[in-house]
Amino acid sequence: MKQFVIKEFLHIFRDVRSMVILFGMPLVQVLLFGYAITNEVKDVRVSVIDQSYDYASQAVVNKLFASGYFLKGEHINSTREIEESFRKGKNKMVVVIEPGFAGKLETGQQPTIQLIADASDPNTANLLVSYASGIINAYSRELVPAGNIPVIVPESRMLYNPSLMSVYMFVPGIITILLMLVSAMMTSISIAREKELGTMEVLLVSPLKPFQIVAGKVMPYVLLSFINAGSILILSYYIFNVPINGSLLLLLGETILFILLALSLGIFISTISNNQQTAMMLSMFALMLPTILLSGFIFPIENMPAVLQWFSLIMPPRWFITIIKSIMLKGSGIEYFWKETLILAGMTLIFILASVKKFKIRLA
Amino acid sequence: MGNMEFVIEAEGLTKTFGSFVANDNLNFNVKKGEIFGFLGANGAGKTTAIRILCGLLLPTSGKISVAGFDVYTQTEAIKKHIGYMSQRFSLYEDLSIYENFRFYGGIYGMSRSKIKEKTSEMLGRLGIESLRNSIIASLPLGIRQKLAFSVAIMHSPQIVFLDEPTGGVDPITRRQFWEMIYEAAAQGITVFVTTHYMDEAEYCNRVSIMVDGRIEALDTPRNLKDKYQAKDMDGVFLKLARKAG
Repeated sequence: MKQFVIKEFLHIFRDVRSMVILFGMPLVQVLLFGYAITNEVKDVRVSVIDQSYDYASQAVVNKLFASGYFLKGEHINSTREIEESFRKGKNKMVVVIEPGFAGKLETGQQPTIQLIADASDPNTANLLVSYASGIINAYSRELVPAGNIPVIVPESRMLYNPSLMSVYMFVPGIITILLMLVSAMMTSISIAREKELGTMEVLLVSPLKPFQIVAGKVMPYVLLSFINAGSILILSYYIFNVPINGSLLLLLGETILFILLALSLGIFISTISNNQQTAMMLSMFALMLPTILLSGFIFPIENMPAVLQWFSLIMPPRWFITIIKSIMLKGSGIEYFWKETLILAGMTLIFILASVKKFKIRLA
Repeated sequence: MGNMEFVIEAEGLTKTFGSFVANDNLNFNVKKGEIFGFLGANGAGKTTAIRILCGLLLPTSGKISVAGFDVYTQTEAIKKHIGYMSQRFSLYEDLSIYENFRFYGGIYGMSRSKIKEKTSEMLGRLGIESLRNSIIASLPLGIRQKLAFSVAIMHSPQIVFLDEPTGGVDPITRRQFWEMIYEAAAQGITVFVTTHYMDEAEYCNRVSIMVDGRIEALDTPRNLKDKYQAKDMDGVFLKLARKAG
């Protein structure tokens, strides 16, 4: 058994491909999602049409540009020019301050500030408006002492991700994808490889029990997956300040459960495929694509057609992403996601039973 | 059963898959230290029979023992006392020679010192001690094949099953390989070998020839040639196959 695990590690360390997948992927993915593919806005061109031009309106404008999110875009003088500037791409948002801004504030009327955004890119527009509203809100709270309800600007609050940091959303997804990839794909390929090369026959003829063969194959991957998950967490904690609000122990426990699920899925795939290529294709199409597309990692499940929503119910990653988001971002305890946990455990059991059955049929 | 002179005893070995009869009432015994050739065309049922003898497959009926153990109830014990090598060599190409020996020795429960001792002994016999740490993929086919055989007998099994061990190997290497088989037999290891090279059948002490799931002939090569009035084993085989067709 010990020799088996040593041998498995040698296979992994000697194969450049596996090494890249195992240790390069987590790093690249975290950095890629963290830095490059970002939903945050920074330095977006914004123009102001200040129809009052008094001390109060200027203060608001200064606050906006001091925030660091916005840059002064092309100057425009009237609301008629807004569309033109959007079309040319000179501005992404225009802030219109109505005349007599300071006067209205002093007399207790509620002046309005219009935020007009270029919604051809809806996500960005949404973010811009929220950011700007937030800044204006903050300013109005400064102006008026507590107790009075001041200038009313629609308030939007971003729960759990106050600054809308996209990396918060991506980290749970990346962990899920990588665990799926490493655990399920790598095990299924490595078992299929033994079948393809004919070494599986020799192992079956040896005194090793089938259970020992599978356990020996799987053990290194459990360890490596776990190290991987850990390193992603550390990386995202120190580089991107992604919080772990809930119990770390619980998080690790759920991670192990998911690793086991992914492994049992990998073993199942290897029992139905006879060579590495089949195992690879099955893992790709049966695991990776659904993980990315249907788990709610990138596309919200709520927006999918009903059929795809049902389909996403049988996707293990969907439940795991829900769980780690709850633990990491909301800091909730097991009482909030015991159902999801049970579903994962159930799926693990089903795959193990199916593999054992399949394995026996092949031998009989 | 119980006759210690025979390491494999099969009486009425039958295996059916649904209505298909893969092995039809096979009867044969293999003596200790014998080189027993198990011949037949592809699809004649050789592989099924080997799988049953190795404890990978349960027979439908028949009384079979291997190394003194029953194939229905004592497959665990059987597996400890046999070695196995297939056409596909069974060595891990990305591991070194010693790593392969260590792995296979380990799964047969050999101690580390025993594995070291066996490795240097076997590499010494092949004259390739200097290649101990070479990766298998870098070695020529002939050496790999001899190593695969060495690995199959390193735990000193009572019987070694060789399933088409010389497939795809050049004639000179095949001869050298047969010399290794003779050495193993001289040490008391029984060799159970399947092949479709009829010239190799001449090297066996006794051969059985399977046609369509049945054993059509079982004797020494010389007696078979006399009986079927053929000048070589190829002729014997052709006559049997024609008779069946």
